[in-house]
Amino acid sequence: MSGLTVEIADKTFPASDGAPERALYRDFRLEVADRSFVALLGPSGLGKTTLLNIVAGVDKDFRGKVAFTSEKPRIGYAFQSPRLLPWRTVLDNVLLALPKGREHVERARAVLGEMGLGDAERVFPERLSLGMQRRVALARAFALEPDLLLMDEPFVSLDEQTAEKLRDLLADLIQRRPTTVLFVTHDSREAVRLADRVVVLAGPPVRIERDVRVELTPEKRREAGDVERVRDHVVRVAG
Amino acid sequence: MGAASRLGWWAISLGAFVAVWWLAALIYAEPKLLPTPPHVLDALLVLAKSGALFSNLAITLARVAAAFLLAMSIGSALGILMGMSMTADRLLGPWVVLFLNLPALVIIMLCYVWFGLIEAAAVAAVAINKIPNVAVTLREGAAALSRDLAEMAAIYRFSRWKTLRHVILPQLAPYFAAAARSGLALVWKIVLVVELLGRPNGVGFELQTAFQLWDVATILAYALAFGLIVQAIELGVIQPWEQAVNRWRR
Ligand SMILES: Nc1ncnc2c1ncn2[C@@H]1O[C@H](COP(=O)(O)OP(=O)(O)O)[C@@H](O)[C@H]1O
Ligand SMILES: [Mg+2]
Repeated sequence: MSGLTVEIADKTFPASDGAPERALYRDFRLEVADRSFVALLGPSGLGKTTLLNIVAGVDKDFRGKVAFTSEKPRIGYAFQSPRLLPWRTVLDNVLLALPKGREHVERARAVLGEMGLGDAERVFPERLSLGMQRRVALARAFALEPDLLLMDEPFVSLDEQTAEKLRDLLADLIQRRPTTVLFVTHDSREAVRLADRVVVLAGPPVRIERDVRVELTPEKRREAGDVERVRDHVVRVAG
Repeated sequence: MGAASRLGWWAISLGAFVAVWWLAALIYAEPKLLPTPPHVLDALLVLAKSGALFSNLAITLARVAAAFLLAMSIGSALGILMGMSMTADRLLGPWVVLFLNLPALVIIMLCYVWFGLIEAAAVAAVAINKIPNVAVTLREGAAALSRDLAEMAAIYRFSRWKTLRHVILPQLAPYFAAAARSGLALVWKIVLVVELLGRPNGVGFELQTAFQLWDVATILAYALAFGLIVQAIELGVIQPWEQAVNRWRR
């Protein structure tokens, strides 16, 4: 497990193709406690994906630093799009992210099973629906048993029923194996439903508009009334 | 289309070709200049019995293989380098255009003049003709490599080898296949010219001898045998490989 602190003194995308320079972050700081589930809530185009990329280490072009509380944490990243290898089977896509070994094959199979993908192990990803591809990508991130799980709007463009099922599954998996989660969304209901801390972002440049603790039991999270009450709080102060 | 019906159409099409040829040869009635199919088969049998056919085919195929492998590896390396590095592309791009537009004959002559009428010069001449085509094709492939997948591989800590094998090469495979396919077609034609101009053996050399004697039957016999072999490589090696590589596509 790993908590983290991200400090961004400056993150700017240079001007290109007539688009002006974009200063996304100025003196931004976010602390994420070990084993907490933090939802980042903000309108699209603000810089949420950029933040996850910085935390994940794929975007190194910024001034500032990312510090983890544990050394070299394993990171699972569910990208905005599934990013599966279309020329490898579902099972291989999950296995490639894991070290070699029998126990890892077992674990990959088990996670795929939990995701309802047990029958799809030998299938190539492009033969699956987008919802199923998303689940494969989640399985890949989960099977790794990451110290830090980054999720970038993992449930958008899914029908509500599928999305709800996947949210349940996510909550369930995390309850069984606590992990630090940084979860990006622009859906405040989803944020309250899953997270124990909702960070409302505004900008540009991005600043923390509001930092709301969500103290709901897993049961209450499934009840619209309770979720709505906390959500009002998040949205009212934010708007 | 099933394999059987594809083979059927193939047979019908080729059968029609042979029929037209035969008819034309009968009407023209000048068997030395336009022999009938049986004539050509006779010539083929004579060549086969003397052993000349197989030794010359083997020599030419060896040159094709050497030039092909050389062109594929050097051309791929150059192309991938240009596709991944803007500087390399700017530096090497004009060279590629230059060599693309240099006539094959000029390259062959210069190789022979500068390096002598030797085997290495022959193979190099063929390879140099093909390298720019491979480079252009692979440059396109390397430039289109997915950044999303590269990031995914980095985050999940794929080793270099794992990244190459599971992420990069599968993306380049269609470009390799395209380069190999057009490469074989180009290389085997140029090899004959190279042999004709400066080698004492091989199909190209034999064709030249036959040409000097106006021995059309022998020319056609060699063309037939060599064409069949190249076609067999295309059907037996390149196409199955392409299919295996594209199995995952919807
Ligand atoms: N590689 C890039 N080059 C230039 N601008 C970019 C790049 N990536 C993102 N941006 C811009 O930065 C802003 C924030 O992007 P992003 O982090 O994807 O936002 P979000 O995930 O919150 O929707 C957007 O306006 C986007 O156009
Ligand atoms: Mg985004």
